[in-house]
Amino acid sequence: MIATSNNAQPAAQRTGKSWGHWTKLLGTHAVLLAYTIFATFPIILILINSLKSRRAIFKTPYALPTTETWDLIGYQTVFEGASFGRYFFNSLFVTLASLALILFLSSMAAHALAEYRFRGNVFLGLFFALGIMIPIRLGTVSILRLMKDLNLIDSPWSLVLVYTASGIPLAVFILTQFMEQVPRALKDAARIDGASEYRIYSLILPLVRPALGTVAVFNMIPIWNDLWFPLVLASSEKSKTIILGAQIFLGQYVNDWNAVLASLTLAMIPIIVLYVIFSRQLIRGLTSGAIK
Amino acid sequence: MTKKRKPFPIHIFVFLAPAFLVYTVFMIYPLIDSLRLSLFSTGTAGSELFVGLANYKTLLTSNNWAPRLWNAIKNNFIFFAVHMLVQNPIGLLLAALLSSKIVRGSSVYRTLIFTPTVLSIVLIGFIWRLILSPIWGISEDFLSFLGLGVLNQPWLGLESTALFTLSLVSVWQYVGIPMLLFSAALIGLPDELIEAAQVDGATAWSVFWRIKFPLILPTVGIVAVLTFVGNFNAFDLIYTTQGALAGPNFATDILGTFFFRTFFGFQLQAGNPTMGATIAGVMFVIILSGVLLYFFGWQRRLQRIEL
Repeated sequence: MIATSNNAQPAAQRTGKSWGHWTKLLGTHAVLLAYTIFATFPIILILINSLKSRRAIFKTPYALPTTETWDLIGYQTVFEGASFGRYFFNSLFVTLASLALILFLSSMAAHALAEYRFRGNVFLGLFFALGIMIPIRLGTVSILRLMKDLNLIDSPWSLVLVYTASGIPLAVFILTQFMEQVPRALKDAARIDGASEYRIYSLILPLVRPALGTVAVFNMIPIWNDLWFPLVLASSEKSKTIILGAQIFLGQYVNDWNAVLASLTLAMIPIIVLYVIFSRQLIRGLTSGAIK
Repeated sequence: MTKKRKPFPIHIFVFLAPAFLVYTVFMIYPLIDSLRLSLFSTGTAGSELFVGLANYKTLLTSNNWAPRLWNAIKNNFIFFAVHMLVQNPIGLLLAALLSSKIVRGSSVYRTLIFTPTVLSIVLIGFIWRLILSPIWGISEDFLSFLGLGVLNQPWLGLESTALFTLSLVSVWQYVGIPMLLFSAALIGLPDELIEAAQVDGATAWSVFWRIKFPLILPTVGIVAVLTFVGNFNAFDLIYTTQGALAGPNFATDILGTFFFRTFFGFQLQAGNPTMGATIAGVMFVIILSGVLLYFFGWQRRLQRIEL
């Protein structure tokens, strides 16, 4: 398929828009369209069926809801059976607090590594890089003990601390690279004007905004979606995140199709909304990160 | 750097200390302490006894542990192999099509194909459990539509198919990552090189395999090592669809679920932190070998070729 559809522009330009060009174009679009349908169809199927009555879910699963089949019973069950509102705010708090800490701590560390030459600079850079490839989950047994000792079990802060620690390595790595590119003359000019080192950090920060955005979007999705640490560290009703809440709810209501479809939809919507807003930034970030 | 002893500038300390502290206390310390724990055993009164490598010996040889461990390792390699053989080639194909200059609207395709990747795998697992459920019959409809109705089976319920089915569900979700990394690499290739080959009359097929593919080999390595680390760290999908026991009859048990069951406990069995730490130690060795193999096997060789 690659052979029939790959870049053949120069040939097409020389001979005008030939038949070969059109078949290639059509073939490429056909494959991409088919895969796009394959990638999105299951999600759409869940969304449309969550709005239908139980009978319609089984009788006409592929149809959009009509006035006849429209039924929100699933959503009712979800709101009576689980506090999705609270789970949502827990997730929001954990994600935002972790992101804020990752950005603040990592940008300070990256600034120090990029700006100053001091003993141990290279060693510290390597020490931070160590965590990029090693999954933090492998330390779960000790994290669980540590959080027990700190009395942070079932507190959202335990999650915030773990996510911040695991987000720092990559964030420091990316931000250091960007901060090294900030022209030295700029900082020296500020120094001559009598700016303190802390002031210089605050001047540089807005200059690396795109990198901060990339780091934020990178970390946001895995933190929001994580099941492992909420399950181990914060599984009580008051501290559940939306993913853990949905996982437990789905397990309990496994035979209530309306409720299952409705809770899946409710758990998907926040991240889909975020994705629609940030997709350009996310994809650009992933792409530029790959070229580096 | 000067060799003179100067007082360490306080502002550098202020900038570095917070990140250093949080990272060291909540990531590096637990990883090291977990390795330490794997050398201990819990005594009767909750005291810890140093036992050397005895836990590893038990895990690798005793009848209670070894079959589970080897089963999980074997399943994990199958899980990884499916990703390497299905996910990454599909990602490469999609990237090749998306980076083709004759296609308009490739960013729309890219965004839509990436959608499953941003969703939680918990939700993806449930979505596919519903779609594959014989009660709903969606998979049956599709197979009969393709004329393959006889193939319909309870894919997640059979020992022979459950692991492959879940591997493919995971492929379906994560194919967006190799797609993005490969298409970034392909877009970054210099145009002159490819145009020169085309003027020489090379077909698109041979331009791709002879020129483009060798140039994106560094990305192939990155994708492989990311897949490896991700797969040997996987847990959520199996736990969500098959439970902590990774049924049917442990057919879908991978290291992540085995680790979780052991340290956290399940049903009536209490958790065993030291044996859990031992399994984490084994996972650590496997993941580290993969990463080192990538750095010293793949990257070094590529560098030598470039020189």
